[in-house]
Amino acid sequence: MSDKPRVLVLLAAGINRDQDTETAFRMVGADAERVHINDIVDGRRRLKDYHILMLPGGFSFGDDIASGKVLANKLKYKLKDELLEFIADKKLVLGVCNGFQVMVKLGILPGFDGNYMRQDVTLTHNDFGKFEDRWVYLKVNPKSRCIFTRGIEKPVYVPVCHGEGKFIPRDHDVLTQLQDNDQVVVQYVDANGEFGAYPVNPNGSVAHIAGICDETGRIFGMMPHPENYIVRTQHPRWTRTELPDEGDGLIIFRNAVEYVEREL
Amino acid sequence: MWRVEVALRPDMTDALGSSIRKQINEDLRIDVEKVQTIDVYTITSNLTQRQIEAVARDLLTDPITQDYRINTGFDRPFSVAIEVGYKPGVTDNVGATAVEGIEDLLGIKFSPGEFVHTSKLYLLSGKVSRQEAEEICTGLLANPLIEHFQIWHAGEDIQSTVRKVAGPSYGSSFEPRVAGIDLDVSDDELLEISRKGVLSLNLEEMRKIRAYFKDDRVKAEREKVGLGPRPTDVELEMLAQTWSEHCKHKIFNATIDYTEGGKTEKIESLFKTYIRRATEEIAREKDWLVSVFVDNAGVVGFDDNYNMVFKVETHNHPSALDPYGGAVTGIVGVNRDPMGTGLGADLIFNTDVFCFGPPDFPYKKLPASVLHPKRIFKGVRKGVEDGGNKIGIPTVNGSILFDEAYVYNPLVYCGTGGFMPKEIAGRPSHEKQVQPGDLVVMTGGRIGKDGIHGATFSSVALDEETSSAAVQIGAPIVQRKMQDALKEARDMGLYRAITDNGAGGLSSSVGEMSEFCGGCEVDLEKAPTKYPGLHPWELWVSESQERMTLAVPPEKIDAFLDLCRRRDVEATVIGTYTDSGKVHVKYGEKTVAYLDIDFVHEGLPGLKLTAKWQPKVEGEVDASPVDPTGSLRKILSSYNICSKEWVIRQYDHEVQGGSVVKPLVGSENDGPSDAAVIRPLVDSKRGIAVSNGINPKYGEIDTYAMAASAIDEAVRNIVAVGGDPDRIAILDNFCWGNPILSESNPDGDHKLAQLVRAAKGCYDTAIGLGTPFISGKDSFHNEYRLENETIAIPPTLLISAIGVVPDVGRAVTMDVKSPGDIVYILGETFDELGGSHYCMIGGARGGSVPKVDAVPALKLYRALHGAIQSGLVVSCHDCSEGGIAVAAAESAFAGGLGMRLDIAKVPASQGMADERILFSESNSRFVVTVSPEKKEAFEAELAGNSFAEVGLITGDKSFIVTGKDGTALIDTDIDELKEAWKAPLRW
Repeated sequence: MSDKPRVLVLLAAGINRDQDTETAFRMVGADAERVHINDIVDGRRRLKDYHILMLPGGFSFGDDIASGKVLANKLKYKLKDELLEFIADKKLVLGVCNGFQVMVKLGILPGFDGNYMRQDVTLTHNDFGKFEDRWVYLKVNPKSRCIFTRGIEKPVYVPVCHGEGKFIPRDHDVLTQLQDNDQVVVQYVDANGEFGAYPVNPNGSVAHIAGICDETGRIFGMMPHPENYIVRTQHPRWTRTELPDEGDGLIIFRNAVEYVEREL
Repeated sequence: MWRVEVALRPDMTDALGSSIRKQINEDLRIDVEKVQTIDVYTITSNLTQRQIEAVARDLLTDPITQDYRINTGFDRPFSVAIEVGYKPGVTDNVGATAVEGIEDLLGIKFSPGEFVHTSKLYLLSGKVSRQEAEEICTGLLANPLIEHFQIWHAGEDIQSTVRKVAGPSYGSSFEPRVAGIDLDVSDDELLEISRKGVLSLNLEEMRKIRAYFKDDRVKAEREKVGLGPRPTDVELEMLAQTWSEHCKHKIFNATIDYTEGGKTEKIESLFKTYIRRATEEIAREKDWLVSVFVDNAGVVGFDDNYNMVFKVETHNHPSALDPYGGAVTGIVGVNRDPMGTGLGADLIFNTDVFCFGPPDFPYKKLPASVLHPKRIFKGVRKGVEDGGNKIGIPTVNGSILFDEAYVYNPLVYCGTGGFMPKEIAGRPSHEKQVQPGDLVVMTGGRIGKDGIHGATFSSVALDEETSSAAVQIGAPIVQRKMQDALKEARDMGLYRAITDNGAGGLSSSVGEMSEFCGGCEVDLEKAPTKYPGLHPWELWVSESQERMTLAVPPEKIDAFLDLCRRRDVEATVIGTYTDSGKVHVKYGEKTVAYLDIDFVHEGLPGLKLTAKWQPKVEGEVDASPVDPTGSLRKILSSYNICSKEWVIRQYDHEVQGGSVVKPLVGSENDGPSDAAVIRPLVDSKRGIAVSNGINPKYGEIDTYAMAASAIDEAVRNIVAVGGDPDRIAILDNFCWGNPILSESNPDGDHKLAQLVRAAKGCYDTAIGLGTPFISGKDSFHNEYRLENETIAIPPTLLISAIGVVPDVGRAVTMDVKSPGDIVYILGETFDELGGSHYCMIGGARGGSVPKVDAVPALKLYRALHGAIQSGLVVSCHDCSEGGIAVAAAESAFAGGLGMRLDIAKVPASQGMADERILFSESNSRFVVTVSPEKKEAFEAELAGNSFAEVGLITGDKSFIVTGKDGTALIDTDIDELKEAWKAPLRW
């Protein structure tokens, strides 16, 4: 096993951004490996051998019944102890798109009071009732404890590709608690950093919320795809704008890897 | 049996309900105030009350937004309630996932016969009459071919009257049956056997089959395995499938007497004479053709280590009957072509081209048996979303055409590109080999009655009585699971060969693989089925989706099966490949088919056909300058040209992270891209460009010009984004009416002549531009029989192109970039308005159709490519439908900047009127912008070609075209033009 931070990219039926996230982690020096959930349940692979758990995007189990629900239940009923141990070991969990949906349905987000198995928020059908692929700007909450977004000052430009990304908290208290704890990490804004209606907020999310973390900042989920803007030519306007070679999304993966190198 | 209803809480937005209300109001013009949607799960399993509570609460319901009811309903008022669910036997993906979810949750296993059926309950409020409720069902919510629906009105009790859900019927005393068919009958009876069995075999073919079974050697050999002199239904079905137009391309391989202008020539196979010969000749010059025409998809080189794989299929008939299921199946079906090519490719892009009737076609003009074009469009779009997005393949390119000619027969072309290392597990990846003793393994989905006769069904015209047996729903996730597992198996070297189960099912896949070694012995009783009750012939030819057939060496079988088990992918050994020379099919111990493999594959008698070219000559249209600005606006808002953003955004074009030139580009991310560029390897700057060319309007005048134009369009689209013109390969997809002359098809010889001319156009242009065909597909019989007439589609040829972009960092998009940049027109404009959009908006056809002069075209493409490679071009847009006017306007508004053009400077034929120059659709042209400091270098690069500086980009928003006399021909602004272009399909 290498000395590099080790990332387990979780594979299950219908996950499809596994290679995208694997590439992003490799670009920032991690040793990323795609591992099928059945191989963990079987004991052929152990979660504890890794530092970062990546739950990639896709349509796990077709998003049938509700997006992320069936995979969330599989984690809950088959890998609960391993997962809680992983979290207790101060390791990192990142979920993007379908991965974020899995996390909220499982309850590891927002994970209030360290309860990682209770669902307090949901992600559901976009207000317009359809899947959309479009680029959005995200404002990062500078006060958030989130490990992954450290040092990001300017709005981040990344694509969303989903049909069920509308963030809804259980009630007003949950929303307040998320805000008071600075667990709201990223919000949809326009190019000037201002909130707005559709398409600025592409799905009608409550409080423009695009991603949240747990109370420790080590578990983070977001709907947009930072792994799809890691090099310049992925930007929709790279042929007409001066841009750095590195895309806005890569820092999220680099922050994770640096945390592991520093803390674990 | 438990019935669980799950509904959103009253204070939640019902996005699906709102979108359905909008469609009822706008598409069906029925006034509905509100639509609520309720998910219904009918669980046929012996669960306890506690178990069902847990299932409803912890699996089926979102605790934040939803509530549930068990065996009772939500007491919500409605004026009309409608419940829609699949009929027994139709794939219910959500039901299957629910079973898995319940098994996880309760730690149980469903026994055979237990299942979950899902349906949707719609509660409508507002005044809706009984007749309108029916209309909402049949016109929008349900497809009676595959779905049941039930309607209640205010005050009626749903729970006590709801239809009992039945599984597929489980006959307790199923006896698999094998029939012997007596072919010792009259010619009329032979044809009746073919017609009744949907075998689509003609008389000569039936006779040939009869003669085979009368042969003494054959009789003696069959007797040894216990078969009588009559062919079994399994054998007849296999021959019908293998010899079908779909699988053998009989028309493309026919001997044709072709008459044109009083001269007759004999053509031995259009395919060999024009398509394959073009490739063979080009192959002498190019070293990057790897595997063409022999596998499920074409293979060409990408770089030293990787190959590209490409295939485009049609899925027309099924999409006409069930647009959603047809399209999903079309996508997941064509995915399996690159997956089943060589050792199997990774899938890296999808491209889809559709031809529909106009979305505003009057409902009153439609026969009851035909779905409305708008519904077909929306259904197909949804199908592509579920097929493409869910499997995780970016949909990077496409095209949608609208014409009344496609109301009865929509065309759905689905294409998939693949990518594979040249060498895998120590073997060249593009080769297939099978050795006697290898095991026949079927993986993926199970076999059902769905999709029986797809291969032969595509060889008949649709009519008002068309059955639903050929319709099926794809299961993208089942396929994705298989795809992932097979890739692992491939890289571990666990199988020797792989092919897909498409048309013809096992009969086709096992039959083809057996050719590599010389035979097979299969036991159909081992094949896993979705439900009992399938007869051997059905097992053999069913086209149930999501299946691959492999050849696995015996020493690898344990590892292969173990891997599949760990990936939840079903894999079953159903036989052995042999060198016996026979396709030997058994059911248990009993032989049900025993055919010489040579007869199956080589026995087909060739067709002899006649073709006669009768050109329809029409006069030129008068293009006097009435209102050029108005004409431009009108063309921009015609359905063919207008923005397809509504569709494009619903496809994922970002997944896999390779996107370089997206389908939508420009300052607002909404301009129409010419071709897609993707970058398959993150550590290499080499890219792949994908495009298409299609223009049936030209074919109405001359199919030769249509074919030439389609190839040129596909090629110049790739060149426009930075692709190397010397590294482009193309695919041909012919969709035609019935080109076989008969009493009931009196213009069959003309349709065949149109095909001949198209094939000639393909040959000449492919040779001229140096673009080899690497694979293709043909679909005839795109006809619809009404009581008194048969409606055929116009000849439609889609050319799909794949090319190499040497450096994606040099790729160019079509949007103009900066004020002060110089506008150039590259290529000569001729007086060619035949089939143009300019004619179309005036309701005319025109006469002089655009031609291709390949020599100057290729020279120009190479020069432009040089300029792009040297970084001299800031924007480049292909000039096609709508001519210079449309291309220039699109470039300007995509870049958010103004443009000035001077018609007098455009290189054009002598004496052309201004307006004809603006709207002529001559091929091989581009609108290019160059920054002033690169002007000299650019012009030097282009020297020797027809091109001219014609205008300037401005910092304002004006779009001004000056005529030869110095007055403004067009004077408008880009916002207005853009709005005209965006409005029509902003749904």
